[in-house]
Amino acid sequence: MTNELDIFVGNTTLIDEDVYRLWLDGYSVSDAVGLRVRSGILEQTGATAGVLQSDTMDHYRTFHMLERLLHTPPKLLHQLVFQIPPSRQALLIERYYAFDEAFVREVLGKKLSKGTKKDLDDISTKTGVTLKSCRRQFDNFKRVFKVVEEMRGSLAGNIQQHFLLSDRLARDYAAVVFFANNRFETGKKKLQYLTFGDLAFCAELMIQNWTPGAVGEQPPDPPPYSQVDDMDVDLDKEFLQDLKELKVLVADKDLLDLHKSLVCTALRGKLSVFPEMEANFKNLSRGLVNIASKLTHTKDVRDLFVDLVEKFIEPCRSDRWPLNDVRLFLNQYSASVHSLDGFRHQALWDRYMVTLRSCLLRMYHD
Amino acid sequence: MPGKLKVKIVAGRHLPVMDRASDLTDAFVEVKFGNMTFKTDVYHKSLNPQWNSEWFKFEVDDEDLQDEPLQITVLDHDTYSANDAIGKVYIDIDPLLYSEAATVISGWFPIYDTIHGIRGEINVVVKVDLFNDLNRFRQSSCGVKFFCTTSIPKCYRAVIIHGFVEELVVNEDPEYQWIDRIRTPRASNEARQRLISLMSGELQRKIGLKVLEMRGNAVVGYLQCFDLEGESGLVVRAIGTACTLDKLSSTAAFLPACNSPSKEMKESPLVHPPSHGCRSTHNSPIHTATGSRLTQNFSVSVPTLIYTGMGSGSAGKEGGPFKALLRQQTQSALEQREFPFFTLTAFPPGFLVHVGGVVSARSVKLLDRIHNPDEPETRDAWWAEIRQEIKSHAKALGCHAVVGYSESTSICEEVCILSASGTAAVLNPRFLQDGTVEGCLEQRQEENLPAGCGFCHIPYDELNMPFPAHLTYCYSCRKQKVPDVLFTTIDLPTDATVIGKGCLIQARLCRLKKKAQAEANATAISNLLPFMEYEVHTQLMNKLKLKGMNALFGLRIQITVGENMLMGLASATGVYLTALPTPGGIQIAGKTPNDGSYEQHISHMQKKINDTIAKNKELYEINPPEIPEEIIGSPIPEPRQRSRLLRSQSESSDEVIELDLSHGKKDAFVLEIDDTDAMEDVHSLLTDVPPPSGFYSCNTEIMPGINNWTSEIQMFTSVRVSRLSNINLTNQTLNKNFNDLCENLLKSLYFKLRSMIPCCLCHVNFTVSLPEDELIQVTVTAVAITFDKHQAVQTTKTHVEKSLQRASTDNEELLQFPLELCTDSLGSHPFSPAKATSIDYSSFADRCNSWIELIKLKAQTIRRGSIKTTVSVEKASPLTEGHFRQRSAPACANSTVGVVKMTPLSFIPGAKITKYLGIINMFFIRETTSLREEGGVSGFLHAFIAEVFAMVRAHVAALGGNAVVSYIMKQCVFMENPNKNQAQCLINVSGDAVIFVRESELEIISTQQPIASCQPACGGGEIAT
Repeated sequence: MTNELDIFVGNTTLIDEDVYRLWLDGYSVSDAVGLRVRSGILEQTGATAGVLQSDTMDHYRTFHMLERLLHTPPKLLHQLVFQIPPSRQALLIERYYAFDEAFVREVLGKKLSKGTKKDLDDISTKTGVTLKSCRRQFDNFKRVFKVVEEMRGSLAGNIQQHFLLSDRLARDYAAVVFFANNRFETGKKKLQYLTFGDLAFCAELMIQNWTPGAVGEQPPDPPPYSQVDDMDVDLDKEFLQDLKELKVLVADKDLLDLHKSLVCTALRGKLSVFPEMEANFKNLSRGLVNIASKLTHTKDVRDLFVDLVEKFIEPCRSDRWPLNDVRLFLNQYSASVHSLDGFRHQALWDRYMVTLRSCLLRMYHD
Repeated sequence: MPGKLKVKIVAGRHLPVMDRASDLTDAFVEVKFGNMTFKTDVYHKSLNPQWNSEWFKFEVDDEDLQDEPLQITVLDHDTYSANDAIGKVYIDIDPLLYSEAATVISGWFPIYDTIHGIRGEINVVVKVDLFNDLNRFRQSSCGVKFFCTTSIPKCYRAVIIHGFVEELVVNEDPEYQWIDRIRTPRASNEARQRLISLMSGELQRKIGLKVLEMRGNAVVGYLQCFDLEGESGLVVRAIGTACTLDKLSSTAAFLPACNSPSKEMKESPLVHPPSHGCRSTHNSPIHTATGSRLTQNFSVSVPTLIYTGMGSGSAGKEGGPFKALLRQQTQSALEQREFPFFTLTAFPPGFLVHVGGVVSARSVKLLDRIHNPDEPETRDAWWAEIRQEIKSHAKALGCHAVVGYSESTSICEEVCILSASGTAAVLNPRFLQDGTVEGCLEQRQEENLPAGCGFCHIPYDELNMPFPAHLTYCYSCRKQKVPDVLFTTIDLPTDATVIGKGCLIQARLCRLKKKAQAEANATAISNLLPFMEYEVHTQLMNKLKLKGMNALFGLRIQITVGENMLMGLASATGVYLTALPTPGGIQIAGKTPNDGSYEQHISHMQKKINDTIAKNKELYEINPPEIPEEIIGSPIPEPRQRSRLLRSQSESSDEVIELDLSHGKKDAFVLEIDDTDAMEDVHSLLTDVPPPSGFYSCNTEIMPGINNWTSEIQMFTSVRVSRLSNINLTNQTLNKNFNDLCENLLKSLYFKLRSMIPCCLCHVNFTVSLPEDELIQVTVTAVAITFDKHQAVQTTKTHVEKSLQRASTDNEELLQFPLELCTDSLGSHPFSPAKATSIDYSSFADRCNSWIELIKLKAQTIRRGSIKTTVSVEKASPLTEGHFRQRSAPACANSTVGVVKMTPLSFIPGAKITKYLGIINMFFIRETTSLREEGGVSGFLHAFIAEVFAMVRAHVAALGGNAVVSYIMKQCVFMENPNKNQAQCLINVSGDAVIFVRESELEIISTQQPIASCQPACGGGEIAT
């Protein structure tokens, strides 16, 4: 005797968090049943495998029906078919949009297009995340990207409003969208040591400081001549253009020497790697300034993180600079510029260096 | 022109994309009532159109108002081709027709399409202006209130309970009309939905007229059913109990009304431990008859039990004349009625005097085309016949009335089994006549009604018993005779005293029958029926004894007919009534007692059975107090040799002797395993697994023995369809399959709801159907309610006061019945009396977690936009509790969907129903031609049932309510054709839309109501005496 049909419908939709996780992780019903059996649930509850199978099927069916709504979370709140307590709705949404670190590192900065989707198979093999789960995560990225891409206002705010995510997750998505939009290269081998957290941290700072939205408070009704450009998603083109002006810091030999002596004077005796710093100063400074001045080219924007690692982090790391020395150096390096009389772009320098300094410090680890 | 219906279409949302090119929709709405249609403007290119229409006004007769549903169709405008329908909403405007119910219907309704399901929502406002009509010969019955609830609704008082009303209307089924061959499935489904809606309206109106004729103003226990007779037509029939109800105007009426009964109670022996003032009456197990048109209505009475050793002697004489007097009174009150039937299952205190036992009648009929829909005489005659049968069965039991009455059908092709069942009872005439409350009270005092055990006393003459039964003196009062088991179809009376907890008991049975045509088929079925009936009762009795219990409540036996088999499923709630004797054990007797190994096998089985009984007694906390031998006095003949069975029934050593004695007298139940059938019976007895710890289940309103409910409830429907492998089907394998199906289903439910432990599944309602040859469909609807394990609600000290309050409050009190236990049996009290003197509300408050706060807030949102109600209700409603704040989770921020609770029970734990908004009676058809794409049969039905729930909730919310009580899924007819990738399902649900207020909130508002603050589970505003 076989059950052709087997359903359970509650007036309040039952959500089993464990099964939801298994579903999100992309396990098939039979795999999920297997995993649940191994979790010892049968012993705890005295249920039979048949009961577990039926229960799992039922939850999977519910999740499948809910998935359509989860694609536009506000709909989940307004729909009438599933009566779900708000706290459970929040949980459903949050978990659905959560992503795996391993997965996000693979796609971060890549174009969220169909072509990449074909690579999901490889990503799945590489990361051990099931293909189904990869699909969901990728589709989530794409969906969020599409919705907020053209929107004005705070990126994380827009995401939160349209997808009802928690603050933390919305900011992570903002990073994903920002990376995807600017196509920052993150997949190179030398960048592998960076976690999503590192990159998201950098993205957040860049969104805060380097996008058009960053220049002061935007009036609620922007005047007609103002840029109707994306406020938070693209880097501020004007700012990137201006960054060329920083080149003088390394191009002008006097200025460079003066800068070096200011830094060295201030740091003498304070760094354990002082000789190395002194020897490398010009190289490092050249690296940091050149990165800034090249950012008008899309190609160089994409390579921003590669450049930061190659031009700054790797040299320091090979000389075994402790993190604290890096911090002292970068602080002094940015601050000393204010004492350079011949240099007129103090504000621009700060806008560049404040962000860059924080990014570098975050990225400086093994 | 006594009424004006006004409709306004406000807006739509989440509409489907109808124009692929633009990914948008040009929607407009048609509003149709009767023959009149209005249209809104087309709202171009939007999935969230804002029509904001004018008020569409329909001027109509109130007859039409009652019959016709308001039909709202959402369409997509198409310039070049026909407009495409998006979906429809049917709104029953009946709730607007009586003054006390809803005043406006306003809210978001799911737009429903029979092919695509729910497709977006539409916001509609509906109002009715009724003009007074003085025409006495009118055809309408506006103003008669309908309740599905099978007890007197909470905020009303029954002035008179008039009695049985029934009606049926027939029509051709649109699905079987010639035109169906050329129209689309959608058109056919819609025609059917509309027709049934019309027929329900007409039926309700006609019943209303009958009620007015009886000078009543309400129908309680209204049960409407559809018989899809296929080719021969469509029957919509309804039964109910006509009453005159008085609204309890909460605060004003409260104090005086509550004082008088209390005073009366103090003087009456009611509140004392029941020890005197009992009279004799009695019970029967079951009285049955089957009839068939073909065999000239033969009537077979089926004795259900093998009782040996009958009670004799003539004790209880003193009760004799009294009984006769009472009978006379009742008789006069009931005799004017054709059928003294009551669909109620719970009654005002004092209404039920004695209970005789279950009476049931079945009849097998051959369907033929209904030739003239205007004169449904054949169907009427069929039912009249059956009711007559029931009436005579009740008479045979010495009863003049039948309570807990219900009717049902099972149809397969052209054969139809009509069934009716109820509980024969003797009623107190005071509720049946016109009379003042004062008069009633006096009468009551004179009568000196016994408490707790009175209803168990036999109503029939013990010298002239209608069937063999075993009588003893009542274990509560020792004065009157009681049967050793009591079967009823009603809920446990409020004043009944029980020991321990109850449990769900089911008997399941399949019988193969040969495929046959017409008359031969009907004959075969009617020949099988008595045997099935007999076996079902044997099983019930065995299982009851195995549980160590002595009474069944809420018994419902369903016999389902299929092509090649008959299925019987009986569900009931077993309890241990203190008034009845301790049940004997089960003894197994072999046929060939000399065979050594056989003997051993039997004794092994016997031991297993005895162990199970002992285990069950422990599980359900059945530990009745020992009764000294002398008191019982025994006119009971010496038992036969039964020493074997007397062993190991009890664990406590000092009980053993007593138990042995009583067992000896009790004449234990003998099971003879003389064939494989019986062997199998014994096995199946032992295979029933008790629910996991922390779980209880029952099919009555509430669980006997549990009274500290907390507020979390979860109503659910579960459906399973199993395919039998058709090779070598025997009765045994069938039985096993069916048994497994039901057991597994229950196990699944326990597993799914494990997060609610400790909890009880209440009102567990199984329905079996046989949609095809090898398919068995089982549908279960029930509600899981959590309870507080540690919180004992009552105390011995305040026992007397409590019962005063109890008696003065109402049926909600059902929850409180174990109160009486305490005085009787302090030692064996099932609850810890430690936390005695007051009720601790803090844990209640703790449980009111964030969600409940949110519920309040949401309900507020909904109401604000829609409804004006009277000031008193507004005050008491959850909606004014503005201080509840939402949590900051972003997902909660802008939700506007109010929570609507659904429950098959007539109450909501921890809450008080403040208003009944009207009856919900909805019928839906869903069909698909892309079954695989919709997730197969399971996906299809899962989605459909979820949609039905959603539509019920939306209608309740639009009426301004926040719950449906007495919810029931009356029909769930599922048909599939996987080869064609098609499936169709029909669902019919009903219930009462209500507004409830959490008790905790009520307290804040009405601190002047002292009773409300003592008892968490009852309102305190209602009085039924």
